[in-house]
Amino acid sequence: MPIEYLPILALIVLAVLFALGTLLMSSIFGPKRPTPEKLSPYECGITPVGTARERFSVKFYLIAMLFIVFDIEIVFLYPWAVVFRQLRLFGLIEMAIFILILCIGLCYAWKKGGLEWE
Amino acid sequence: MSPPFTINDLWAISPEMVLTTAAIILLILDFLLPPGRRAVVGYTGLLGIGATFAALGASAGVRAEAFSGMYLSDPFTLFFKTIFLLIAALIILISLNYLSVEGVDQGEYYALVLFATVGMMIMAASGDLLSLYIGLETMSLSIYVLAGFLRKDRRSNEAALKYLLMGAFSSGILLYGMTLLYGLSGSTNLKAISRTLAAQDLHNPALTLAMILLAAGFGFKIATVPFHMYLPDAYEGAPTSVTAFMSVGPKAAGFAVLLRVFLLAIPSLQGSWVQLFYVLSVLTMTVGNVVAIAQKNIKRMLAYSSIAHVGYLLIGLVAGSPLGISAILLYLLVYILMNVGAFAMVILLCRQGLRGDQIEDFSGLAQKSPLAAATMLIFLLSLAGIPPTGGFVAKFYVFGAAIKAGYVLLAVIAVVNTAISLFYYMRVAMVMYMREEPSPITALSPSRPLHWALAIAILGILIIGVYPGPFLGWAWVSLTGLL
Repeated sequence: MPIEYLPILALIVLAVLFALGTLLMSSIFGPKRPTPEKLSPYECGITPVGTARERFSVKFYLIAMLFIVFDIEIVFLYPWAVVFRQLRLFGLIEMAIFILILCIGLCYAWKKGGLEWE
Repeated sequence: MSPPFTINDLWAISPEMVLTTAAIILLILDFLLPPGRRAVVGYTGLLGIGATFAALGASAGVRAEAFSGMYLSDPFTLFFKTIFLLIAALIILISLNYLSVEGVDQGEYYALVLFATVGMMIMAASGDLLSLYIGLETMSLSIYVLAGFLRKDRRSNEAALKYLLMGAFSSGILLYGMTLLYGLSGSTNLKAISRTLAAQDLHNPALTLAMILLAAGFGFKIATVPFHMYLPDAYEGAPTSVTAFMSVGPKAAGFAVLLRVFLLAIPSLQGSWVQLFYVLSVLTMTVGNVVAIAQKNIKRMLAYSSIAHVGYLLIGLVAGSPLGISAILLYLLVYILMNVGAFAMVILLCRQGLRGDQIEDFSGLAQKSPLAAATMLIFLLSLAGIPPTGGFVAKFYVFGAAIKAGYVLLAVIAVVNTAISLFYYMRVAMVMYMREEPSPITALSPSRPLHWALAIAILGILIIGVYPGPFLGWAWVSLTGLL
């Protein structure tokens, strides 16, 4: 059947073997000198505060949604910047319309109080 | 490097561009206006629909495939775009006063109605599975929000949640069907799929599975019977104006894509899907009509009645002839007018704090307002299919197409179903006319836009009922390019 997919299967098998092998090797040969600092969870280098399973405000949900909108904007802007010379004026106008619509969205969220914390 | 598309392609989507711009303007307008002046947003929305209609007329002559076949601009598209704009205009008219009665007078409502309409227009125009899906989601996402527009009302929230979950589920099934179809034909373009499949073995079980999944996915959107469970709850809980929208918009758009996909992409499987839709049609109209008898809430009753109407509509697809398909288009036009009209009457009974959606609330309406009762009676007669209303003409052509195509038994079942439906429609008429004492909560909340919508609906039904020729001719002409 799809014999041309065989290399992909081989790569998957190799990747799994490599990952398992590395873990196994380091657990057998690696030195183990645990200290309390080493065993504590990593929180950007600061001493951990409280538990990770805390309840946090639902307001983060709104922030996250707004963040995604502008994250996607960047995702579109990068490839556009790369091929900007080929697209010329057409690309510029198209991107201007896109950003204009996003800006209206931002204004809307702002006006509706989406950016206020309280 | 050549540009990705030409100016001609932009002409083809000019109605959608105008309507999208209008919807965005509504969003901005909403926060520029002081509270309490929100009706202006609605009237601006009507202006936007008018402008879109003008753009539609201007681009009507351009008969083309735009964006390398993703987007079709043909008479079929034109017909559906016109009725979607009619739907949007009627919905805005019936909502203008209703929203302030319910205390949710917010401008986003109108913007969402327009965005949903844009989605429907994209669906009707799509010549590719991808653009079809984008249109479908644009429409559905807007309507999920609209269904939950009464944010403080539990039933509205329930309606929105059920509609969202079932909608997401059905989208999944639809996508799986599309994936299989793409896998078998190597293309998402409907015409290319049809060309590839014509040269293939049609007994491939995967192909049959793809067809069934597509039928099920669309079946959720238009609410055929095994896929209708969510519908009554969603219709009952949603704000009445949104229920009116849900009962006509997604159904008309669903039929547009159903016809497009089954007639354009997989006509080679007609032998199989005719059997499938035969069964679905009989089940849908029978279950819809029989369960409607037991309903006490008028919105639930109309929900089951709309299920039954989908059953009648499918008869045209089973017949499969140009007459059958044009009968579907005519039926959809009449269905939109009479269903929006009936829901507009429910809105007329709605007051602050009272939903007015029990059938009992109509009792004694004939004494209180003979005109309102007569209007409701005409909508009910049309829904039941009694001359001289449009409902009769629509049913006549659909059933006639079935008999001409040799499906006599199906036509007989449909006529028996019509007789059953007469029972529950006429019960509302009986409550209005035969009860002596008016219901204490029968209070009318009339408004000029609502009257306009009712006038348009009733005139449309009567004109189509008395003089159906031009409308059937229009439906007939709209088929060129499809069959």
